[in-house]
Amino acid sequence: MAKVPVQFTLNGAEKAEFIDSGTTLLHALRDKIGDTSPKGGCHQGTCGACSVIIDGELRLSCLTLAETCNGAAITTTSGLSKGGVLHPLQRAFLDAFATQCGFCTPGMIMAAKVLLDQTPNPSRDEVVEALSGNICRCTGYEPIIQAVLTAARSNSQNAA
Amino acid sequence: MALALQTFSTVKDANAALKSAGTRYLGGGTLVLRAANEGDVSVSSLIRATEPSLSAITVSGSDVRIGASVTMAAIARHPDLAPLAHAARAVGGPAIRNMATVGGNLFAPAPYGDFTVALLALDATVSIDGGEMPIETFLAERESNHAIVTAVGFTLQVDGGFRFLKVSRVKPKGVSVLSIAAMLEQAPDGTVSSARIGLGCMADRPMRAKAAEKALLGRKLTSSGIAPALAAAGDGSAPITDPIASAWYRNEVLPVHLGRLLLA
Amino acid sequence: MELRKDYFADQRKDDLHEIGQPRPRSDSPGHVTGKTAYFADRNFPGMLHLKMVRSPHHHARISSIDISEAEKYPGVVKVLTAKDVPHNVYTILILIQIGPEDETVLADGKVRWKGEAVVAVLAETERAAQEAAAKVKVDYEVLPAVFDMEEALKPGAPIVNEYHGQNYYLYDSGECRKVRFGDVEAGFAGADHILEQTYQSSPIEHAPTETTGCIVAPEGNDRFTCYTNTQAMFFTLDNASIILQMPGNKLHFVGGTVGGGFGGKVDVIVEPIAILGAKLTGRPVSFIYSRAEEMQISSPRAAEKVVIKDGVMKDGRIVARKVTGYTDAGAYSRHSPYGAQKGAGHYPGPYTIPNVWIDTYCVYTNRTPSSAMRGFGVTIGDFALEVQMDKLARLIGMDPLEFRFINAYRDGDMKAHRQPTEGAALIECMQEASRAANWPVAEKFMAMSSYAKGA
Repeated sequence: MAKVPVQFTLNGAEKAEFIDSGTTLLHALRDKIGDTSPKGGCHQGTCGACSVIIDGELRLSCLTLAETCNGAAITTTSGLSKGGVLHPLQRAFLDAFATQCGFCTPGMIMAAKVLLDQTPNPSRDEVVEALSGNICRCTGYEPIIQAVLTAARSNSQNAA
Repeated sequence: MALALQTFSTVKDANAALKSAGTRYLGGGTLVLRAANEGDVSVSSLIRATEPSLSAITVSGSDVRIGASVTMAAIARHPDLAPLAHAARAVGGPAIRNMATVGGNLFAPAPYGDFTVALLALDATVSIDGGEMPIETFLAERESNHAIVTAVGFTLQVDGGFRFLKVSRVKPKGVSVLSIAAMLEQAPDGTVSSARIGLGCMADRPMRAKAAEKALLGRKLTSSGIAPALAAAGDGSAPITDPIASAWYRNEVLPVHLGRLLLA
Repeated sequence: MELRKDYFADQRKDDLHEIGQPRPRSDSPGHVTGKTAYFADRNFPGMLHLKMVRSPHHHARISSIDISEAEKYPGVVKVLTAKDVPHNVYTILILIQIGPEDETVLADGKVRWKGEAVVAVLAETERAAQEAAAKVKVDYEVLPAVFDMEEALKPGAPIVNEYHGQNYYLYDSGECRKVRFGDVEAGFAGADHILEQTYQSSPIEHAPTETTGCIVAPEGNDRFTCYTNTQAMFFTLDNASIILQMPGNKLHFVGGTVGGGFGGKVDVIVEPIAILGAKLTGRPVSFIYSRAEEMQISSPRAAEKVVIKDGVMKDGRIVARKVTGYTDAGAYSRHSPYGAQKGAGHYPGPYTIPNVWIDTYCVYTNRTPSSAMRGFGVTIGDFALEVQMDKLARLIGMDPLEFRFINAYRDGDMKAHRQPTEGAALIECMQEASRAANWPVAEKFMAMSSYAKGA
């Protein structure tokens, strides 16, 4: 099987691997690089559990071939906390009981991060829209929406 | 055969590679990789082209040309394409819209392909292999197409006339029960002088509601004015039955939603 | 959150320090940092991928299975059929003596539902397993299928499952679970009104975000570690032990973290065949349902049909209730005989009714086997019962909440299945609901208590 080189930064660190051509970014991250924070829930682009941020845009790693990400900057939920300090979104998800089984959580946090990076003070409707590609089967969404709104408020307080 | 990707810098070279058996063009991945992930082993070689023109949006006056690799998100945020933003946002969630392309949407089977419904109402042309063809012709023959779609082109009046509605059970992101796009021109007295209506989910691919279009001509956009068009809305349709809705249900609700769109 | 401590204050010491207090979940830090380890977050060198060849028919006899091409396919390491499974016919509730064994791990001679597992292909990659699975040739002789419970119970209906011999589960009480209390016909004869209504539901899929699956690693000493998202760890271990005819101490199950279950992961489906694959190849094996398999293959909540006949007095008392419940088990028992039995115990509802007659049937059809899901056996019944309660209240022109106060069970009341009621709190719940929903009821109901009648 033809191996192809891929090289990108993952959460700020340089990564280079030889992978089978046709490997999805989800598999490359989980099985080659060992970052299992993106989850495979449907592999169809429906559930959002595999969401990652590629060059500032929310993408589904299950429908992205790793070899198309050469030179990209990739962010996953495992890279958000710095020096053991949780990112405000992680803190807010924790405090708002926005997790239950936790399987959708990394993808939810990615979708929320892209939103807050682009829209620091989102309306509730904007939060709902930003999370609309991510399915949660446990929480009923409300605690997740509240967590994102809380994180936005704590961000703006820190900035002030 | 394992899945493998070949990348070409020109459409010409990619087109040549697409002639081999078991190949398929990779756009945003939301259709092709989805199928491969779910066990479709009919495709073993993915082809893509990185020619910059494929990702370009060109607007000159009312003439619009959108490269096939342009994503739904790029359309939704383009200031000159504001009338289409609603239709582009009807596709998937935020991540899907960052990936799904105009070219791919032309191939999406029902219940997908909402943006193509808009392109039908705009009477777009599809650029393919150096030539152009009307979108209706393209859609009718899309399975036999083995060359790369490079762009779609259409005329877009900024001052209105274009309407779009996606009906789904889950909001804001849900799969279509049906989608409707309409491009209407009205005479000074308010009567409809030209009408094109595109329908999604009312067949295995987007279709025009020609009987309804004809029934709208010379009529005002009032309840009584549009009644004949609503009565003819489903003429020639063969709606899909899927987990979202039955063909019967789609037929029943089409006139209701078309009425809301026309009276909006 | 408000904790109302005034109810039943005399029944406990007021020393609750945790209840009513928000406490961080112990698993949340792992969830928000992506560090929680789900079963599929393990990766072993040389791991094989298992894909299942499934029945395209609802009911068919298998005339032949040809795996020769699949076995030779590049990347394929092992192809398994029924004869490879040491104890191929099983039923999960056999652990609590609910037989007969009625389900095949891999189909043997017959398929009874569309999607039933027939052949397992183990290959170096998922893709190779998928391609090889397409090379397996199975010849079927299609048989008439039955999808409707009433059709299935009619004489002459196609027999779905020969291990039962008839299309219903045979309880020790006969063709259905039965509750007999008082004289229901006399109750109807004396009632002011009779209302008989039928309620039906369709199967419901749990749709967990994480699909069902497991990864099995041979430990090199005839022992196998199975990383699984089962909701029923020891149930699965014991059933795997039976199916594989391996002592339980050879099986090490690691689980506990489940990416959504809702009852959909209590059946024993993926683990035994994956362990068998690991045993026969000496390699780690991953068997994970695709999303389509999760939606179409994993057990849903059973379809149910509930016929309720009530006799009610003008003053609001329900004097007789007759319920016939049908639970669609699909082709195999799994947890459905238990679900139907739960229904029998539950159908009087939280109401004290002097004359009750209940029959609940667990019916076999050629549909996807159903099983557990959040309150299975009672959830659909509660929907039916409470709609029926509203209809009864409307029938006699009474407020629906007051109607429920009149019939609510209280401590000391004898339930239809002859368990005296203890610890009832329905009255108090309804009183709180009345206040919270601003739905006032007469003062005499607000003065009632669950402790004793007339209090």
